[in-house]
Amino acid sequence: MMNLQDFLPMRHEILLVFLMIVIILCEIFISEKSKHYVINISIVLFVLQTIVGFLPIQQGNMFGGMFQNDLFRSTLKNILSIGVLIVFLQSSGWLKKEENKGKISEYFLLLLSTLIGMFFMVSSGDFLMMYLGLELATIPITALAAYERNKSKSAEAGIKLLLISALSTGVLLYGISMIYGTTGSVYFADVAVNFGKSSLQILGLIFFVAGMGFKISLVPFHLWTADVYEGAPISVTAYLSVISKGAAVFIFMIILYKVFGALFDMWNSLLYVLAVVTMTVGNLFAIRQNNMKRFLAFSSIAQAGFILLGILGSNAMGAASVAYFVLIYIVTNLGAFGVVSAIYNASGKEDMREYNGLYKTNPMLSLVMTLALFSLAGIPPVAGFFGKFFLFTSAASHGYYILVLIAVINATISLYYYLRVIKAMFIDPNDNPIPYFKTDVPARIGLVICVAGIFIVGFATSIYEAIYKFTSLM
Amino acid sequence: MNILSLLILIPIITVFGIAFSRSKNMVRIVALVGMSAQLLTAIVLMFSYYATRDAGVTAQMIFYQDIEWFKFLNIHYTVGVDGISVAMILLTGVVTFAGILASWEVEYLQKEFFISLILLATGVFGFFISLDLFLMFLFYEIAVIPMYFLIGIWGTGPKEYSAMKLTLMLMGGSALMTVGLLGLYFNSKGADGQLTFNILEIAKVNIPKSTQMFFFPFIFVGFGVLGALYPFHTWSPDGHASAPTAVSMLHAGVLMKLGGYGCFRVAMYLLPEAANALSWIFIILATISVVYGAFGVIWQKDLKYINAYASVSHVGLITFALMMMNKVTLDGAIIQMISHGLTTALFFALIGMIYGRTHTRMLDKMGGLMKVMPFLAVGFMIAGFSTLGLPGLSGFVAETTVFIGAFQHFDIFHRIATILVVSSIVIAAVYVLRMVGKLLFGPIVDEHHSKLKDAKWFEKISVGTLVIAIAGIGIAPFWLYNLISYSLTPIMSRLNEFSNLYTHIF
Repeated sequence: MMNLQDFLPMRHEILLVFLMIVIILCEIFISEKSKHYVINISIVLFVLQTIVGFLPIQQGNMFGGMFQNDLFRSTLKNILSIGVLIVFLQSSGWLKKEENKGKISEYFLLLLSTLIGMFFMVSSGDFLMMYLGLELATIPITALAAYERNKSKSAEAGIKLLLISALSTGVLLYGISMIYGTTGSVYFADVAVNFGKSSLQILGLIFFVAGMGFKISLVPFHLWTADVYEGAPISVTAYLSVISKGAAVFIFMIILYKVFGALFDMWNSLLYVLAVVTMTVGNLFAIRQNNMKRFLAFSSIAQAGFILLGILGSNAMGAASVAYFVLIYIVTNLGAFGVVSAIYNASGKEDMREYNGLYKTNPMLSLVMTLALFSLAGIPPVAGFFGKFFLFTSAASHGYYILVLIAVINATISLYYYLRVIKAMFIDPNDNPIPYFKTDVPARIGLVICVAGIFIVGFATSIYEAIYKFTSLM
Repeated sequence: MNILSLLILIPIITVFGIAFSRSKNMVRIVALVGMSAQLLTAIVLMFSYYATRDAGVTAQMIFYQDIEWFKFLNIHYTVGVDGISVAMILLTGVVTFAGILASWEVEYLQKEFFISLILLATGVFGFFISLDLFLMFLFYEIAVIPMYFLIGIWGTGPKEYSAMKLTLMLMGGSALMTVGLLGLYFNSKGADGQLTFNILEIAKVNIPKSTQMFFFPFIFVGFGVLGALYPFHTWSPDGHASAPTAVSMLHAGVLMKLGGYGCFRVAMYLLPEAANALSWIFIILATISVVYGAFGVIWQKDLKYINAYASVSHVGLITFALMMMNKVTLDGAIIQMISHGLTTALFFALIGMIYGRTHTRMLDKMGGLMKVMPFLAVGFMIAGFSTLGLPGLSGFVAETTVFIGAFQHFDIFHRIATILVVSSIVIAAVYVLRMVGKLLFGPIVDEHHSKLKDAKWFEKISVGTLVIAIAGIGIAPFWLYNLISYSLTPIMSRLNEFSNLYTHIF
């Protein structure tokens, strides 16, 4: 017999459901004319949700261990919440546009339902729950990618994402079925105990890694990324590249550590190769991009390669540095996307060469972009430096110095293409630069949060220490 | 509050002051006031350093401060100075001060220029005071990245190319360094079983030889890129030639010294056995740097390229002296760092001032400037004479010390390298005298040049400060010698522990 108290570990998810119900009610009862209030209502409610998320959490298991919540997992959820909040703030200007008037609530509902999916995924204690969460986190996004349905590129992005998700889920499920077949359980704890080293289990591991590889867009499973990122609306792209990826990385890491611990050698060498290929290919392709969204798509592939270095650390330090890096990556990449989206909303331009001379007309936006790009490249004193250094540290703790060497060389290559954007904004002359424009208030708040995060997360040791402490409790 | 933290705080406050300044005049006055305060702090630091030593304090590092930063990785904010750092801080203070004055008339995006310049200086100051490898690395990168903007935005010629090349090559160096630093960190488990980034703690650990041999090249080459070690020197001529005056000054004068300083403070001090075993490779490379740089100058017609290649040669001499590894050459290496920093800063300042008047840097389009602008011309001659090592100026002190030390090695290999390196003095005399003769004496080539004005007040102060410093070291080298000599002892004794094993490699 369960009473209400037993549901407390599920606080994040339950509140999110309430929030969605409120939005549905708003959709029903608010007149067509004043629909745009839904934006503000949703944002305010989500701010509350984020704040409540930080209150001390009830730890515990539910449904016989299918659902688990502890301090580490709720920290991960809070990290994701902060990111979603920034995405909401940045999308408000775009949602207010005439062509999106009729479908504002859909945007929030779809996005929040994927967020619930991610929360369940992060909290999962068995493969079934993880699979459910993953599906819930993926399928609504395909609808979001096709949100601007009268643009053919957006529709293309939607269908591509749907097909790829279906394929990757299939691969993943196949792997899970093999693991279930050989161990007789889907519960993480039981599976981990019953692991032999049979070849079928190794095959299961490979399929699992491949399936997750699609979600995290590791090379060679990355081919959908650039097209989808380019076609989808910018705020959806930002969401895909940061939040989706972050959630997938979290669960990937948790399962590798907790379930596949026995196959450590196997997945370590697998991830080693994937990390090298992902970083290198992502970087080399990013050099050639001129469209800012494609550019950030490839840069995010390369960043995923760096994250694998942290996972390879495979200890508390590794887990902590991954969570820490994802937090930094969220504020950083959303900062970059925020500027791209502000410029796109104001002028419709998203080509790097059209950014020429931006500093003269819009100095603040250029500075935010510069900070974000430096953070992505790992230049001090901004947060990205700390995030990357700790990832490298955790890889080096296992003696992977050659891998670290490849990674730092890649970081140098990445600096080249990040500097290309900076060069466009600061150095390249332009007779007809993008004229000065005012960014709308919510987007500006979003950017301020990003910039504050870019500075504070790096220097404030308490954040890293909190994450580290929770990780070691995992 | 610790006086060392003040050295980071003053530039940061200055940056904010500049950001909130309203007029063009205010910006440069705030910058000048800030950097004068910084120079003053550096001088106070030097005197209080002397006072502390005279009071009998024998600790290796003085004004030591240690604050925990990232607990779980044992990263600390650790600062402290010995005589070598104090000397480098003084050098940086002088060059930055002169650099601000030399860029008094920057017009284009003036505020941003001074902010970037002072950020660069912040990184350099921070680098010299930090004793934690993580902190040191952080400041190193802070010092490198403003260069991209400074050259890319305010530079001349193929500035985008030069800026990108310089940034990427230096960042490539720091990439190698990252690996080396992580290697040091994970092998630093000392008596207390704690991993650490603290230089003084790591120096107590005897890292196994194979590990040392693996990581030494990463760290040494990583810093060596910044020290223009052959074949990683190619960023330097392009970068210096394209950079605006003050940036060339700071970069050649101070930033390149980060390389030499890092090489001995991190690579040689912490990995002494590998340093002894591998020194022959770097002696060869440094010898090539010195000779190649000197010959490279002869081909050049652009004043900035001339000085840039001369810098490659003289900075190569630092690496050479470091790798010769006896007490005298190490003394010489440090003095050469200071001397070259001041001399080359003076050179670049004067080139910038002459260029500002004649609008050309080509040697064959100028001549007879002594009659037109005597003050600048005399300054130019002093810089030239210091470069070729005329007694009475700092270059002589530095080079003589290095060569005396280098000749103390009796084996063939070291002898040959030394003789080759000494030959660069002759080449230096050739190119300096030729340049000075053509530029300052002889007929006036361009009629327009005869109407040009001599130095303005801020240029006079800028040049004067540097000339006083150069002549000061030349005339009274002992005060610099006293400052650094004591601090070299712990590093020297670390190196000597292993020196007997490898002297007869050839």
